[in-house]
Amino acid sequence: MTVSMTDTWTNYIGKPVNRVDGVAKVTGTARYTAEYNVQGLLYGMVISSPIARGKIISIDTSLALAVQGVKKIYSHENVKDMPWFDISYKDMNLLPGSPYRPFYSNEIQFSQQPIALVIAESLELARYASTLVRIQYEEDVFETSLEKNIDKAFTPKKGKAGFQKPKSRGRADRALKKADVKVEADYYHGAEHHNPMEMFVSMAIYEPDGSLTIYDKTQGVLNSQSYVARVFDIKHRKVRVLSPYVGGAFGSGLRPQYQLFMAVLAALDLQQPVRVSLTRQQMFSFGHRPITWQRLELGASREGMLQAIRHSAISETSRFENYTENIVNWSGRLYMCDHVKLDYQLVQLDVNSPLDMRAPGAATGLLALECAMDELAYTLGIDPLELRMRNYTERDPEKDRAFSSKNLMDCYKQGAEHFGWEKRSYNARSMRNGKHLIGWGMASGIWDAMMMPARAEAIITDDGKLTVSSATSDIGTGTYTIMTQIAAETLGIPLEDVTFALGDSKFVFAPYEGGSATAASVGTAVWNVCHKLKDELFSLAKDIEDSPVKKYSIDDVVFANGKIACKDNLEQFLFIADVMQRTHTKSIKKKSADLAALIKQMGYSRNTHSAVFAEVKVDEDLGMISVTRVVSAIAAGNIINPKTARSQIMGAVLWGISMALHEESFLDHQFGRFINHDYAEYHIPVHADTPEIEVIFVKEDDPVVNPLGIKGIGEIGIIGVAAAVANAIHHATGKRVREFPITPDKLL
Amino acid sequence: MNRFTFTSAHTIDEALHENIPGNGTRFIAGGTNLIDLMRADVERPDHLIDIRHLDLQTITDTEDGGLRLGALVKNADTAYDEKVQSRYPLLAKAILAGASPQLRNMATNGGNLLQRTRCYYFYDTATPCNKRVPGQGCSAVGGYNRMHAILGASDHCIATHPSDMCVALAALEARVVVMGKESKRVIPFSEFHRLPGDQPHIDSALLPGELITHIELPANGFSSHYQYIKLRDRRSYAFALVSVAVALTLEDNAVKDVRIALGGVAHKPWRNTEAENILKGKAAEELNFRNAADIILQEAKGYTYNTFKIELARRAIVRALAEARDLQAPEPLNCYTYNRHHQL
Repeated sequence: MTVSMTDTWTNYIGKPVNRVDGVAKVTGTARYTAEYNVQGLLYGMVISSPIARGKIISIDTSLALAVQGVKKIYSHENVKDMPWFDISYKDMNLLPGSPYRPFYSNEIQFSQQPIALVIAESLELARYASTLVRIQYEEDVFETSLEKNIDKAFTPKKGKAGFQKPKSRGRADRALKKADVKVEADYYHGAEHHNPMEMFVSMAIYEPDGSLTIYDKTQGVLNSQSYVARVFDIKHRKVRVLSPYVGGAFGSGLRPQYQLFMAVLAALDLQQPVRVSLTRQQMFSFGHRPITWQRLELGASREGMLQAIRHSAISETSRFENYTENIVNWSGRLYMCDHVKLDYQLVQLDVNSPLDMRAPGAATGLLALECAMDELAYTLGIDPLELRMRNYTERDPEKDRAFSSKNLMDCYKQGAEHFGWEKRSYNARSMRNGKHLIGWGMASGIWDAMMMPARAEAIITDDGKLTVSSATSDIGTGTYTIMTQIAAETLGIPLEDVTFALGDSKFVFAPYEGGSATAASVGTAVWNVCHKLKDELFSLAKDIEDSPVKKYSIDDVVFANGKIACKDNLEQFLFIADVMQRTHTKSIKKKSADLAALIKQMGYSRNTHSAVFAEVKVDEDLGMISVTRVVSAIAAGNIINPKTARSQIMGAVLWGISMALHEESFLDHQFGRFINHDYAEYHIPVHADTPEIEVIFVKEDDPVVNPLGIKGIGEIGIIGVAAAVANAIHHATGKRVREFPITPDKLL
Repeated sequence: MNRFTFTSAHTIDEALHENIPGNGTRFIAGGTNLIDLMRADVERPDHLIDIRHLDLQTITDTEDGGLRLGALVKNADTAYDEKVQSRYPLLAKAILAGASPQLRNMATNGGNLLQRTRCYYFYDTATPCNKRVPGQGCSAVGGYNRMHAILGASDHCIATHPSDMCVALAALEARVVVMGKESKRVIPFSEFHRLPGDQPHIDSALLPGELITHIELPANGFSSHYQYIKLRDRRSYAFALVSVAVALTLEDNAVKDVRIALGGVAHKPWRNTEAENILKGKAAEELNFRNAADIILQEAKGYTYNTFKIELARRAIVRALAEARDLQAPEPLNCYTYNRHHQL
C-alpha cells in the first residue's frame, strides 16, 4: 500500500533548507569560544620556541612577574606532578608514538613549541609580559628537510586509527616491464596548515565544587573532555566541555590543542577562570598536511587499459609520533588493474606531528594518481575522460567485492555535459582566447563512506516540540541544519518545532566530526531515536478512546504534517501533540539504539566518488594562471540538504584550487621553522581568485550504508581538484608542473 | 607588544614638538602597518602621537598645474578622487592594486610611503635581521627569498619595498613635502626611499622627528598612455613579485617621454633613467622595449628562490610598455573593475 506524499509539507530531507543557525551567525548572536566572558577572567599568552631542537637552559621571569596584573608564569620549571605516561595524554585521534606533553621537560622538539604561559588580568598585559620573559637555549643540530633525509625513510609498522597498510596485488614490477606504454613521474607538494578563520582558544572555568566548565574550539567535545580528565586526573563527570559554534577547523580540531591543556592547568592552579588563545602565527605551531614526495608509474596497453600501477609516497612526520595517512591506497581502488604495487614510507624530522587535514591522504594521493592518468592519456593519445571510462570498475578491485553503490560513471557523464567537455580540442596549446592560453582538465576523486558509533537523545513534549541532542559538533558544515531536517521529517513535525543541540559533553556520545562520517553516523542515530519516539507515540495513540489508528499497525500509518494519519485514509488522523495531551504524557525521552547495520555493510566497499572539470586561463608570458570555471560532480549517496552540501563542495573546490596554485607553508631549513606564518604571506585564494563553481550531485541510492543512504561529503569535494587544475594547465601550456603549488615562476 | 603612551595632536606644530627624536616616539595615522609590527614585537615605540586629526586631509591643485595630496588622505579616497582618476589614472590604478579595500580605507598616503618591508624574517623576531637589529645578519640571503630584491640589494639586506602606490609616484616624479621642527623640505621621490647598503635599518630620507605633510604631483600625469602591471601569487591581497608602472608620451608612434618604475624588485621603487633616455625618440615597438628592459635588468642578481624575477620583470616591462602604448580610454577604476580593466 502506498500513499501519495505530495501534500506532505514536513518532508525536509533532500530540500535546500536554510541553515537553522544562519540568522544567529549573521547577526552575531551565535557565540564562538573566545566570545564567552565571565567575571574575573584571566588571560593567557603562550611563549613559543624560536629554535627547532635543543634545551631550555634557563627561564628568567622576574621582569615579567614584576608587572602589576601578571598572575603567574608556567613552564616546565614549575609545572610538576603531571602524569608521566603517554596513555594519560591519549586522545581519540592518537598517533603511534609519544604524544606531545606541554611543559613536560626542558627539551625542545620543534620550532614554535610552546615553552611558557603567561597569565595576567588582561590579554594586553599577558602579551606585554611575554616579551619580558628571558629564556636561554642550548641549540642542537636539527633536520627538517624531507629531501635531504629521504634515505632515512621507513615503513611504519602501525598507524593511527583508520590507517590501512597499503596492499599490493599481482606482479606490478613485471607487468610494468611488459606494458606497451609506460608513464613515470614524481610529484611533490609542500606543507599546508589548516588556518581556520577562528584561532584556537579555550576558556576553563573553575567551579566552586572543583569541577570544570570548558569552552573549547574543537571538533569533538568528548575528545577534549576525556583528554582533560586523563591528564589532570579528574572524573569525567566533573569536566564539561562546550563548543556550540566552531569557526572552521578542517581537521585541526581533531586533537586537543595545547591551549586547552594550558587553560585547564592555570584554572585549576589559580582556581579562577582562564582563557588561552593562540595568535595567527601560533596557528602554524601544530599539525599540518605533511610535505610529501610521490612517484607514480603506470603501465597500459595501447588501447589504454591499465596493466600496472606502482605508487610510492614518502611523507614527513615528527620524531615523537608517526603520523600516517592513506595516500597510496586509493590507487589500488579507483581503476580496474590486476597488478598494483603500493608503498608508503615516513621520514622523521624535527617538526611537530602532522595532522589530518581535509581528505587526509586522498587529497595528496589522488593529486599524483590523477595527474599521472592525464600524462598517460597524452602518452597514448586518448582523451583523458575516455581513458578513465575505459578503466572503470564496478567492483572494488582491491578487496574484490561490490561497492555498496558507485555512480562515478554519472559523475563523468553529467560533469562532462555541464562543462561542455566534448567541445574540448585534444591537443595541448590548442585553445586560446586572445593573449590567453585556455586549458581544460579533469580528474576523479574517491573517499570512504564511513559510519562510526554515535548516539542521539530525543525529548518530545506535549506542546509538540522536539529536542534532539548529541555530543557531535558543527564546524560550519551544517550539522545543526541537517539533523533538524532528519528529525523533523522522521517524526513528521514542522522544522520550527525541532531543536537540535550539539557541542556539549553532557550530551550522549558522538565521535569527533571528521572523516566525512558525521552526517551518516549522527544522522542515523537521530533517525533511529525519532523512530523510537514514533513507536511510543503510536502505542499511546492506539490507547486513546475512539482512536482512528486503533486497528492499524505502525506500518499502516504515516507521521507527517504534525499528525499521525492512516495511510489508506489520510482524513483519519490524530495530532501528535493531542496524542500526548490526551494520554496525559508530559514528555517522552528516548535514546538511540546501537545499530546492527554494520553487519550488512561488511560485505561491501563503501565509497564516495567525484569527477572534477576545470578550466584555466594562462598568460604564458607572465606565468599568470586563473581558474575560470569548475564543475564538480559528486556521487555521495543521499544528499540531505543540497544547499549546505553545495556550499561545502564549493569551499572544498576552492581549497583544491589553493592546493594547486597558492598554498604552502614554507619550511626554512636554516631555522627549521615555517616562515610565512600569517594570512598575508600564507596564500589562500581570495574572492578575485574564485571562479564560477558548479556543483552536481548525481543520483545514488544506497540502502547498504545506512537507512537514510547518507555517505558524507566533507572530504570528497577537495579530492582531485588540484589534479584537474594541473591537468588543465598542461592542456593550456603543454607544460607538466609536478611540484605544487604551481606558482607563476614554474611556468616561465 | 610593549607598553607605550599615547597622545593626540591637533596641529602640525603640536605633533612636531611632541616628537622628541631618539626617545622612541612614532606618529600614527592609519596604523595598518605599525600596529601589525607592534603586535609582532618588531616595532617597540615608547610613545605614539595620533596625527589623524591634523589638517592634511585634502587633495588640492598646485600653482604649477599639479596636485597636492594631503598626507592623511586615505589611500582609497585618493584612488577614487575625481582629479586623480582623470589626471593621474596611473596612481589610481597602482593604489587599487595594493592591499585590500579594508586596508585602503584605513591607510593614509603618508603612511603608505613609510610602510616597512614584508620580508618574513623582518617580521619574525626568532630570526636574525639587520633591518630589525643592525648587525644581526640577514636571514633572507640564505633563506626563503622568493619575495626579495634582485636590484640594488646588499649583503646586509635583500628586502623589498612593498608599496604599489610608491611605484606610480616614482614614475610620476612626485615630490614629498616634509616638515621638521625647524623647517620644511621637499624631497624628490627618487631620493625619498634609499637602498639598504650597510644601513638597512634606515628605509628613507625622512629624518627622526620629521612628518610627511603632502605629496606633490607634477602637472604631467601621463593620462593618455600609462600602465600598472602587478604580478603576484594571487589576484588580490598579495605583495608584488614584480610590478611595473609605465608613463608614456607618444609622438608619431615614437616615444617622446617615458618613465618606467619597478616594484617588488628593490629596497625602493626602481628607476633607471639611462634606459628611459635610450628609449626616448625610438619607435614604440617591442624590440626597443626589450632593449630598455635589458638595460634596466643588466645588473640584476637573483637568489635561490627569486631568480625567476629577472625574466619576469623583463617581460612585465615589455608588456606594460606595449599596453601603455595601446591604451584606449579605459573605464573608471574601482576595486571591482580593477581586474576587468587589467586581465592578466
